[in-house]
Amino acid sequence: MSIFAEILVSALLVIGGIFGLVGSYGLVKLPDQMTRLHAPTKAATLGVGGILLASVAWFGFFGEHSSWHELLIALFLFMTAPITGLMIAKAHMHLSWRAEELPDSGEDRNWATYGDSAERSLLDKGTDDEGTERDLRE
Amino acid sequence: MIRRIFPHPYLSALLVLIWMLLVNRFAWGSLVFAIILSIAIPALTEPYWPDRARLRNPGRILSYIGLVIWDIIMANIQVAMIVLFKPNRKLQPAWITIPLDLRSPEAITVLASTITLTPGTVSADLSQDGHALLVHCLHAPDPESVIEEIKSRYEARLTEIFE
Repeated sequence: MSIFAEILVSALLVIGGIFGLVGSYGLVKLPDQMTRLHAPTKAATLGVGGILLASVAWFGFFGEHSSWHELLIALFLFMTAPITGLMIAKAHMHLSWRAEELPDSGEDRNWATYGDSAERSLLDKGTDDEGTERDLRE
Repeated sequence: MIRRIFPHPYLSALLVLIWMLLVNRFAWGSLVFAIILSIAIPALTEPYWPDRARLRNPGRILSYIGLVIWDIIMANIQVAMIVLFKPNRKLQPAWITIPLDLRSPEAITVLASTITLTPGTVSADLSQDGHALLVHCLHAPDPESVIEEIKSRYEARLTEIFE
């Protein structure tokens, strides 16, 4: 029994390690910033996932009591990885892509970060402030 | 009354579950504290999130999570193969626009996160009024089929859950 458990835990550790390694290698090998983003957002999820599963299995078979923290780590990782990816993608788009180079956004005029909605709301606020100042002066 | 105590019932349930998992061992004391937190945190954050998320079909969430986990495993293997065996000059990265039928912000958030976690795609931006998603593909010889797959595989299921 325990030999199978050991094989399972080691297999999960090796699988996790391989995917982590491939993800890091992709970061070096892929040609530009946007494609590089793909390697860590995916390969790393399964890399960390495999190691977390190994930890769950180890505590399940050999630990004093089962451990559930790994589930939480996986949950938080899956919630935050896409947001990190989105932030890096947006920063990169603003550094090296002009709005015209990106595909058309369909029925809306613009992509949100290139659009004028952010500036518009700031401008609205600005005019409001001026308005109240003027009102006060009058 | 119930609505006032639990402005976000799903958030409260999730907070109880997460607290119990953090404690890692069942004890009635921690359950009581978890319930106190599940009342206090939604009440404190309510001004920032006044609308309740509407779920039409919460039962489908589990099968959606299962599908996404399976796709994540497949995505990992695909991306690993591309990284290891495809020379950079044969790579065909592409930007694609996915027109959205989903309207609720929660559903669009879930869809965008799913796209980032699954096969060779990262969601990069949302259009100004939320009618389209900008997605970058690692290797897409046929962008139309990627759009079709995302719409039928994920968006249709999310529509069933949220709208």
